[in-house]
Amino acid sequence: MITTRPRAALVGGGALLAMAAVAVLTLGTGDFPIAPGDVVKALAGQGDAAQTFIVNELRLPRVITAILVGLALAAAGAVFQSVTRNPLGSPDILGITSGAGAAALTVVILGGSSTQLSLAAVAGGVGTALVIQLIGGRRGLRGHRFILIGIGMTAVLNGIVGYLLTKGVRMESARAMLWLTGSFDGRGWEEALPLLVVLLIAVPVLVLLCGPGLRMLEMGDDIAAALGVPVNRLRNGSLLLAAVVVAFAAAAAGPVNFVALIAPNIAKRLTRAPGPNLLPSMAVGALLTVGADWLATHSGYPIPVGVVTGLLGGAYLVWLLTTERRAGRI
Amino acid sequence: MRPGRRVSARPAGLLIAVAVLAAVLVLGIGSGARFLSPGEVWAGLVDTGSPYYRIVHEMRLPRTLLGLVVGLALGLAGAIMQALTRNPLADPGLLGINAGASAAVASAAAFLGIGTFGGWVWFALGGAAVVTALVYAVGGGRAATPARLALAGAALNAALYGYVSAVTLADTASIEKMRFWTVGSLASADFATLRLVTPFILAGVLIALATARPLNALSLGDDAARALGARPGVIRGLVIVAVTLLCGAATAACGPIVFVGLLIPHLVRPLTGPDLRWLLPYTMVLAPVLLVGADVLGRVLGSPGELQVGVVTAVLGGPLFLYLVRVAK
Repeated sequence: MITTRPRAALVGGGALLAMAAVAVLTLGTGDFPIAPGDVVKALAGQGDAAQTFIVNELRLPRVITAILVGLALAAAGAVFQSVTRNPLGSPDILGITSGAGAAALTVVILGGSSTQLSLAAVAGGVGTALVIQLIGGRRGLRGHRFILIGIGMTAVLNGIVGYLLTKGVRMESARAMLWLTGSFDGRGWEEALPLLVVLLIAVPVLVLLCGPGLRMLEMGDDIAAALGVPVNRLRNGSLLLAAVVVAFAAAAAGPVNFVALIAPNIAKRLTRAPGPNLLPSMAVGALLTVGADWLATHSGYPIPVGVVTGLLGGAYLVWLLTTERRAGRI
Repeated sequence: MRPGRRVSARPAGLLIAVAVLAAVLVLGIGSGARFLSPGEVWAGLVDTGSPYYRIVHEMRLPRTLLGLVVGLALGLAGAIMQALTRNPLADPGLLGINAGASAAVASAAAFLGIGTFGGWVWFALGGAAVVTALVYAVGGGRAATPARLALAGAALNAALYGYVSAVTLADTASIEKMRFWTVGSLASADFATLRLVTPFILAGVLIALATARPLNALSLGDDAARALGARPGVIRGLVIVAVTLLCGAATAACGPIVFVGLLIPHLVRPLTGPDLRWLLPYTMVLAPVLLVGADVLGRVLGSPGELQVGVVTAVLGGPLFLYLVRVAK
């Protein structure tokens, strides 16, 4: 299925190469600059001891987390956009990221452990997805209603988040704000491992089981049903799985906004292929997070990666709205 | 509209609404750490010898009056925005206008070290003006559909929120200053704030009321409006100026508060019909009822502390918004 689409493979491969280049650049920069060649040597286990330690022990965990978060957000975004048949139907616009954020923030304020934080984020994200589906009803899954419901949910959840922020004492609030913005600062294996496990389970299911069905679903429910696609089961199942993936990503790094929105959009524009374009989207997503993290740490003063993606995403969304309007799609 | 019972009921209804508002204002002044009965509120207001004179005049009166003024401003802004965009979902909070004011205030606080309302208000007005124009342009201007406008608002909200967090994160002191403000709260109300905010809101109210009749005409379409002697371009400009004044001043005074501008016109419309000459006065009376009421509720529920009024309106308004989306075609 992937081999029959050389253009998609080209896009995915190109994005992965670019991502690898940025990753090597990121691994080489910091208080102790290391030349790209030495970074590669260190990664291969052939560098000198100091460089190997700095690259593999200090800097690699953060980059790996960024890559995994990018892969996860983009995969979830691709599924959501495909199911809602709307380039704006991403988990952040729908309030799922806010749900994960509100739940996780409660744990931060209460001083819970990072395991509890992850569990809360997952529960909050999946719970929000279920509520949206419940309110949207059967017909509500597509079109703008779904998105408007998400905007309403986001507003309510942001109100709750704001309240929680005022509840915490000063230090906790700063920590919570940082978490809420999305950051790879100080993230490592502890955050990356649960996400890696979820991705290893979810991505094959999404790509092999859901992908082909979702591509048929884009032709319309009736045609897909006639072709033997279990329409409702596929839609609900893939949305739920995607919500779990995005919630784990939020648990790992906080809500890194807009990657889930932008990556599948860019991938789709480049591949010009129907369907969720899962693998190319994921490659673009990883490129985006690693790139945004590099920008965030080298922009003059350090800002969280979520601010970079938020600003890029907001600008992109404005552009998308303008072009979609001209094309008469919304 | 045909003359009938409903029409003659509208002035009477407005009188009842004013009475409700008066009752809520008394409740607003009365509630706090020590609840005051209406009699004690009255004594506290007029009798300098009353033991409650100071607490009423220094804390509860400014807070309640600010709730009155800000509620009125947000409700009115929502009502004229809904009329202008023919969009039932228009709300200054959802459309990012409050976020625009917030972003400008955050910049002022972080980069220029401005920490007072008197300094913030100009920035808030500027931010509100820019975003009002932007959301209207991005949403498609005259061709805006509810979904388009809401999405444009969501996009701007998200981008501005990212900016506000970047600015506040860079400086912990400004987080501390702003974290209560960004929720939407009446807690820091005093007479100085009230004196600064009122002229802006008063100007906004006068412009908004002046647009009631031409906006009615505009609801029939641009051509019909022109035939009736209205100038669509001028009216749109005036509405944007009024929204900017109302939302900018309200946001500067108590932070971004969402859903008041959405809820009240919707609740009022079944009582008044679509005629803005009735809808706007009803909204002006009942929107403060919601805001002051939500503030009282927040103080009761959050006791011994308080639940910020912005949180209460978000939690109350969200379900109604979701319901409106659900029933909308």
